Amino acid sequence: MRVLGALLLRDLGQAFGGGRRGGAVLPVLFFLAVAMLFPFAVGPDPVLLARAGGGVVWVAALLAAILPLDRLLAPDFEAGVFDQLHLRGVAEELAVTVRVLAHWLSFGPPLMLAAIPAAALLGLDTATLRTVELGLLAGTPGLAAIGVTIAAVTLGLRAGAALGGLLLLPLAVPVLVFGAGALATGGGAGIAFTAAISLLLVAIAPFAGGAAIRAARES
Amino acid sequence: MEHAARLIATDLACRRGDRLLFRGLTFELREGEALQVTGPNGTGKSSLLRIIAGLLRPASGRVENQGSVALLDERLPVDENVTLDRALAFWSRIDRGGYGPAQRTALGLDKLGDVPVRFLSTGQRKRVAFLQSNPWITPIWLLDEPLNGLDADAAKFVQEEVAASMAHGTIAVIASHQPFEVPGLQRLDLRDFAA
Repeated sequence: MRVLGALLLRDLGQAFGGGRRGGAVLPVLFFLAVAMLFPFAVGPDPVLLARAGGGVVWVAALLAAILPLDRLLAPDFEAGVFDQLHLRGVAEELAVTVRVLAHWLSFGPPLMLAAIPAAALLGLDTATLRTVELGLLAGTPGLAAIGVTIAAVTLGLRAGAALGGLLLLPLAVPVLVFGAGALATGGGAGIAFTAAISLLLVAIAPFAGGAAIRAARES
Repeated sequence: MEHAARLIATDLACRRGDRLLFRGLTFELREGEALQVTGPNGTGKSSLLRIIAGLLRPASGRVENQGSVALLDERLPVDENVTLDRALAFWSRIDRGGYGPAQRTALGLDKLGDVPVRFLSTGQRKRVAFLQSNPWITPIWLLDEPLNGLDADAAKFVQEEVAASMAHGTIAVIASHQPFEVPGLQRLDLRDFAA
């Protein structure tokens, strides 16, 4: 618990303190900028906006989750933080788990808050907003888990950052299909599926990430 | 340090990429003993320390160590953007102590607590790295070029700390081509084991 608390405190400090990962404000601003630009791109037709708006929020959320990808693990890996934690008996799996949690906290809840003004910008009604919010709540943990896993897998690769974004997008498709799909069907089942996929991704991330960090040491 | 520390390496070989760096490396260190690993750049000094620390798998052979390990290498594993106090507070929470004010003062870091780590000089960063590796809580110290960038006073302090801990049963392995002065230091030239 002591180690867990120390790790979480540090990771959150980095995520929110405007530290190396650019802070939690950046993804939110990015998200809002996309929501703001979309009406300019497709025109101010309220019917079209209301229909496509929910999906736009999802795509914007996905892109915002990718933003800090190259700063998620690489700086700590290069500075030897994971090595020193390993020597002190802190498993890579634990460090990755905490990182997933901190990453989610740094973009999940802020995006859910930002979705409210974004819904206003896109002219979404309250029912759609509710579905979007529930979907984001169910889906963003999965996006955080994919993000950290990909960041771990691309450690030590020269083109890691660009490759990371490219790898994340297809993996995020299931979350997106059911999360945004829930908008068309109006709720329940889609969100439950999104939550199930998220849960699976969150469960895999620590083991995949931990193994990837250990493998990256050998390279 | 309840139990006696021991470090045994048997027939170690190290491969990096396609190159076999060394092979047939065998040594045994008992408590209070120290070994300096020498050899030109690229002979595998750092890799050897990482193998002993369990961070790198040897191509063959095995390492047995009784007791936990502290590793100081060329990196500084603390957050760059926060003050030194905050950066070290994280590690002291993980370690539950060890960062004594005495050691901090002796390393000349007592007045730098509110300076962001990224503003520290090369020598100061090396001192912080020594503090962070927190060898005082472990029976086996692995020091990779511990004197690089340190001024005479700090270098003297590091060597005195190693000697003092050896008197209490610590095993030290130092990878360096600079002279390192502690009593009873054994030497091992990696060139003798080059593949």
